[in-house]
Amino acid sequence: MFTPGDPGSSFYQLLKARHPERFAPVADLPAGGAMDLSARVPHGTTVLALRFRDGAVIAGDRRATEGYTIAERDIQKVHATDHWSAIAFAGAAGPCMEFARLFRVELEHYEKLEGVELSMDGKANKMAQMIRGNLPLAMQGLVVVPIFVGYDVVSGYGRVFKFDIAGGQYEEQEFCAVGSGGKDAKGTLKKLFKKDLAQEEAVHVAIEALYDAADSDIATGGPDLVRGIYPIVKVITRDGVRDVAESTVKRGVEHIIQKETR
Amino acid sequence: MALPYYVSPEQMMQDRAEYAKKGIARGRSIIALEYDKGLLLLADNPSSLKKISEVYDRIAFAGAGKYSEFENLRKAGIRHADLKGYLYSREDVNARSLANAYSQMLGTLFSQETKPFEVEILIVEVGAAPAGQNEIYRISFDGSIFDEKGFTVIGGKADTLFAFLKGRYQVFPLAEALHLCVKTLGEGNRQEVALEGLEVAILERGQPGRAFRRLSSAELALHFKTN
Repeated sequence: MFTPGDPGSSFYQLLKARHPERFAPVADLPAGGAMDLSARVPHGTTVLALRFRDGAVIAGDRRATEGYTIAERDIQKVHATDHWSAIAFAGAAGPCMEFARLFRVELEHYEKLEGVELSMDGKANKMAQMIRGNLPLAMQGLVVVPIFVGYDVVSGYGRVFKFDIAGGQYEEQEFCAVGSGGKDAKGTLKKLFKKDLAQEEAVHVAIEALYDAADSDIATGGPDLVRGIYPIVKVITRDGVRDVAESTVKRGVEHIIQKETR
Repeated sequence: MALPYYVSPEQMMQDRAEYAKKGIARGRSIIALEYDKGLLLLADNPSSLKKISEVYDRIAFAGAGKYSEFENLRKAGIRHADLKGYLYSREDVNARSLANAYSQMLGTLFSQETKPFEVEILIVEVGAAPAGQNEIYRISFDGSIFDEKGFTVIGGKADTLFAFLKGRYQVFPLAEALHLCVKTLGEGNRQEVALEGLEVAILERGQPGRAFRRLSSAELALHFKTN
């Protein structure tokens, strides 16, 4: 436990010690975009989160792109990581999904070894360290940019964190959005966000922001009425992480379309 | 040059086994028992240092004997299971392979280290819903492994408690199973068992994801009040 190199209660450290090859940058691939991987692997695009009265909402569109091609129409970018927290990501889809899975095991592993859950700050700090660890791969184009939200059971409110590729960690008091359509989503969030929104209103704001992002950004998927594919929205309150039903999201989307139709 | 004293291998193994057994018998007992909707683990343990632990989705661990030693084994088991589940898939983690790994490890430690581990451990797995088989593996200090049916006891006066349970065990609902376990512990201790001094956990069959749940003393008291 006190010896250097011991993974302690971290699964991430354990995996790194036992399987270092999983974290190594791709050999013979010059860093800095000489051969940019971002056009060769699917990329997830817009995700966002906002706080409301009783917690936080986290949402993402369903599209992944490979350069100018649509690679996936129904990818899942929002994942529950434990009972009290969820992650959504923009960036290289494969590494992002792997990252979400790894983080989920990390939290569970800690809880089992220690007998208690990590604190909300502990979770956010751990995530920052793990993103920092991905920097060599990010430099080769395999970027992972997550948003992390959770309900802080000790303080009794929802919290929203965003990160940069170097492991910078920023707690947001209102909302955040990342990915190619993040800027467009932020415009809508800025206009519609109010302090202490009710859950229903916050969910609607999230859906509208994603709708607007898809309206302006080619890499963000709008609601696909033909195939019945809608954004994924989750809410985190003191009851834990809950999916917003697809029928609710669909109703929200229909409401926006009705409003926008001329 | 002074020659080391000769000790026959039989004598050496016997000494080690006796040493380990003595250490394990000094502690208190843990009972594992199948009930109608899953598996129950109950330890006579008033301390906040836990003897029962979650290992994986449907797998739990219990250790009797020396705390520092079975705590190390517990951690090794969780690391093994989480790594395997991450590198392959969650459904590829099972109690049998974990019990085998423990058996190998304890067997090696018993014959090669100066001091054998003074521990006896349980690895239990609740069946996947609805008709899956429960599994109870008991692994002893020397690495010997037993595939138990229905129930088993480790630590303390394990043999006495086992004999007491043998005539009375059936697949009961949870409340009755708890009653039987408490009665069994009382029989071994020859005194009333305080509910606050129990560490109880269940693996519930048919749960999506993690099946392990601890029963708080308040919850436990509820089971004893209604009957």
